[in-house]
Order: sequence, then C-alpha cells, then structure tokens
Amino acid sequence: MSSTAGRRADARTDSERTTAAPGGVPILAVDGLRKTFGRGRKEAVAVDGVSFELAAGGSLGIVGESGSGKTTTARMLIGLEQPTAGRIVLDGADHTRPARRIRDLRARGRLIQIVFQDPYTSLDRRQKIGDCLGEVVRLHFGLSGSALDARVRELGELVGLHDRQLRALPRELSGGQRQRVAIARALAAEPKILILDEAVSALDVSIQAQILNLLADIREQRGVSYVFISHDLAVIRQITDTAIVMRHGRVVEQGQTADVLDSPQDPYTRLLRDSVPHAGWRPGADALVTS
Amino acid sequence: MTALAVVAEARRRTRRRPRGKHLSVLGWVAAVVLAVVALLAVFGPLLVTVDPNAVDLGNAFADPSAGHPLGQDASGRDLFSRLLSGARTSLVGPLLVVVVSTLLGTGLALAAVWVGGWFDTAVARVVDAVFAFPGLLLAILATSIFGTGLQAAIIALSISYTPYIARIVRGAALRERSLPYIAALRVQGLRGTAISLRHILPNIAGLIFANATLSFGFALIDLAALSFIGLGVQAPTADWGAMVGTGMAGIQQLEPQEALWASLLIVITVAAANSLGDELVKRSEARA
Repeated sequence: MSSTAGRRADARTDSERTTAAPGGVPILAVDGLRKTFGRGRKEAVAVDGVSFELAAGGSLGIVGESGSGKTTTARMLIGLEQPTAGRIVLDGADHTRPARRIRDLRARGRLIQIVFQDPYTSLDRRQKIGDCLGEVVRLHFGLSGSALDARVRELGELVGLHDRQLRALPRELSGGQRQRVAIARALAAEPKILILDEAVSALDVSIQAQILNLLADIREQRGVSYVFISHDLAVIRQITDTAIVMRHGRVVEQGQTADVLDSPQDPYTRLLRDSVPHAGWRPGADALVTS
Repeated sequence: MTALAVVAEARRRTRRRPRGKHLSVLGWVAAVVLAVVALLAVFGPLLVTVDPNAVDLGNAFADPSAGHPLGQDASGRDLFSRLLSGARTSLVGPLLVVVVSTLLGTGLALAAVWVGGWFDTAVARVVDAVFAFPGLLLAILATSIFGTGLQAAIIALSISYTPYIARIVRGAALRERSLPYIAALRVQGLRGTAISLRHILPNIAGLIFANATLSFGFALIDLAALSFIGLGVQAPTADWGAMVGTGMAGIQQLEPQEALWASLLIVITVAAANSLGDELVKRSEARA
C-alpha cells in the first residue's frame, strides 16, 4: 500500500489497488461494474462503477448496509443478473454475460458458487440432504452408485454432517446444520470461488462462530477464494484479508481489512464502524452528516 | 432485512407449517364418500343383477320390492341397477376432464414460469381469455358442432378447465421459483426442465391435487347438466344427470323417485369433492 489516501476508491490508481493479487492473475477481477433496474425516469442504479480484484486463495469482504448493492453485485458475479456495464473476469476468462447454454452454465458453476443468507429457503424442503448433495455431484462429475455415495459422505464430513443428517429432510435440521448443507452443496461443484452472501447473518452467534471456523478450515484445506458479503464488521474482520465498503452502489473505500476497519478514511466507513454497539455507545449519536 | 428479522421470519415460516397430517372430520367423511363413489364406478356395473335397460311397462313407477330395492322408473326399468351402472358414465367423464385439464394447465404454467418473459405474458393472456368464456357454453357449442354425446363435451370442458388450473399453478410456481434454492440449483447448472419437474412440481403437487379435487365436483355438475338437457349421455344409457332429466316427467306425476335418487347421488358426490378439495386447498396454502 502506497499511502492511506490510496485506499480511497475515488483516488486509487491500479498500482494502489490493494485488493490486487500479490503477483499473478487474480482469480476474480471486476471492472466498472454497473447495474440499473427499470428505464427512463424509473431507472434505479443498484451498482455503480464497482471495481475490485480477488487474489487466488484470498478472501474479500464486501461491507455495506441494506440496499448498498452488495447482493446485486453477488448476483452478477454468479450470473443471475446481467451487468448493465463493466466486466467480470473469472479465472482469466470473461464471464460478464450470464451463460445461456447449459454447458457454459455448468462450467461457470464449477468456477463460482454461492451460499445464500436464509438457510430455511436455500434447500428444497422435500429433498433429503444426501440426495441434494448427490444431485449436484452427479450433475458435475457424472458419478453414480457407490462412488456417488462415497463422495456425498465425504462432502458431509467436510462440513461436519453425519449419515443420520444426510438421510434427513431439511426441516429436521437446525439453521446452522442447514447452512452447512448449503456450503457442502456449493463445494460439491468444486468451485474456485465461493460467494457467501450474508451466509451467517441468520444464525445465532455461537453457531456463527462454528460456521466461520469451518469456512476458515475449508479455505485452508481447499484453497477456495471467498467473497464474503456482510453488514457485520466483526465477521468481516475475522474471515477476510481485504475488504471493500459499498454505499449507494459505489465503492467508498477498499484495502486490507484491518486498515479499512481500524483507520477508515471515508466518513461512511467510520460511521459503520462506530455504529457497532460498544461501551459508552449512544444510539443515534453517530448520525452521518453527508454533503 | 436485519439478521433478527430473518430469523424471526424463518421461525414463523417453519412453525406455521401444519404439523397434523390428519383431515378434519368433515374432510374424512368427504374422502370416504368419494372412495365409496369411486368403488361404485369401478365395480357398480359388475354388481348389477337386473338389466338396467330392461323395460317393464306394466310396472311403471312401481314401489320398491324384493327384486327392485329402489323401485322402477317410468318405463319400469330397475332404478337401483340404473343408478349403479350410471355411476361409471357419470364419474368417468369428470375424471377425464380433470386429468386432461390438470396435465395441460400444469405443463403450460410450469413452462410459462420457467421460460418467463414474452412467453409467460402470452400464456397469461390466452389463459385469461379462455377463462372468461363459460365452460358449459363452450361444451354446448362443441356438442352442437360435433354432435351430441360425451366426447365433444369432455374435450370442450377440458379446454375450458385448463386456465383455472394454469392460473393457480402459475401463481404457486412463481412463488416457488423465487426461493433461493431454485437460484442455487440454477447456479449449479441444472436444466430448467429438471428444476421444474424435480423441484418445483413436487413442492406444489399438493395444491394441484387439491384443485383437481375441487374441479372434479364442478366438472361433474357441468357434465350432468349437459346430460340433463339431453346433449350429453344419450338414452337408454344410464347416467345420473340424464336420469334427473328423464325423471322430470315423473315429478309431474308425483313419482319423483328417479330424479330424487339421481340428484341425491350427484349432490353427495359434488359436496364431498368440494369440501375435501376446499380443505386440501387451505392446507396446501397454509403450507406454502
């Protein structure tokens, strides 16, 4: 990092882009990403000129309040939304437009996967956990019979689920267990990048810690890169190396997570940080005065 | 949404799911009635000992006797065996209408929901247009073009019942499609047909079955009405709707048995289908 001012998104140049891979091609590069909904007077800008890079094996946090464009960014990365402008490069190949052919869709699925926020609606309520994982494994790797069963059990073990849970329906599992299933399902495709969109926000704090530890272990073992979307700064601090702060669809700050959170340059980041309840904290006292 | 709100919402969603697998007493009665009626339709014609079409003019409007437990009609035909053998003709028609319209409507709605865009809009418009046209009128039109009998009426009613099912399935499938698990499967690269048939359809099957049950009652009324006015089942074949029609003459002669028994069977069957269907619809909606 060249200077503290370099972390200000509006003042950065390529050489100062602190989220860039340390040498080598980044696994994920986003440039000038923009997404608008509606047309004419009703046009709403959800994401506006977002650029960042994620190093292979790295972990990038996207912080921001509701409506800051975090989730829309994630949906464009996995190909559920088409960007209005900008570029998405995954593992060196352009993936700006969502895949149309089923082959391309599957190829993209083996590159990037996502875990959603709500563990209750992320699973088919009529499908047993083992079948849910098996379906994805069969889809990508064409396994069947005992090879399929073995792979499903292996995936279960990876996230701490046992045979009994693999035979269960989602409603028989707790929220934390279901989120483990969602993580296992995403990992079943053996992706290089995993997006976690508020993936621990709906969980109790103790369960949150378990899942975060699990994610850290998986990253260490598998070398999967994470894009971790959250409004929870403590979670971002724990799980990410670099972070970007989004507000109203724009990146207002980016850099090493510790720097961004410890000495924020942008007033909005400072507000976010100071909004976390702490000793002597008065609700409302930190209201942001914006231009 | 805050994390707390998400958790609260998720809890509410799981708790509201009706735990009981049991129907209400009314629901059970309706189910048993329908089961008995279905058995009548399957085995009724085999149980008939007296030829339902055997005319015995000497015993017109005869009261119940040992050989004729419900008496005889205007032509002296045995009422009991006519009602029994009429069960099949009266119930197979509505069943066909329900099966065909449910298959068509479900297929159309699932395709519309998955493809989306202009195709969905087009399907919705066509469905609304057909929905606005009364089914019975379409059936009368069909019989006047293709001749009397059940065939044309069943085809016409199947077409006019399709929009009703398509509308309901479309709504439910849209709701299901918006759930994150569908997005997750799409991101994996599962085909739209596989997602629709393996994931969306099983999750809304209860609602489809419930509405099929309701439609059965309506279709039975419509086909009985056609036979009643003489456009459906033709004499001398026994059919409940047709028997209400021929029994009208008896009512004027204060011999209402034929019309009474036939309409009683229609009312009981339709009431059972409606109350069971109603309860199943409510359960599947509460579950969604």
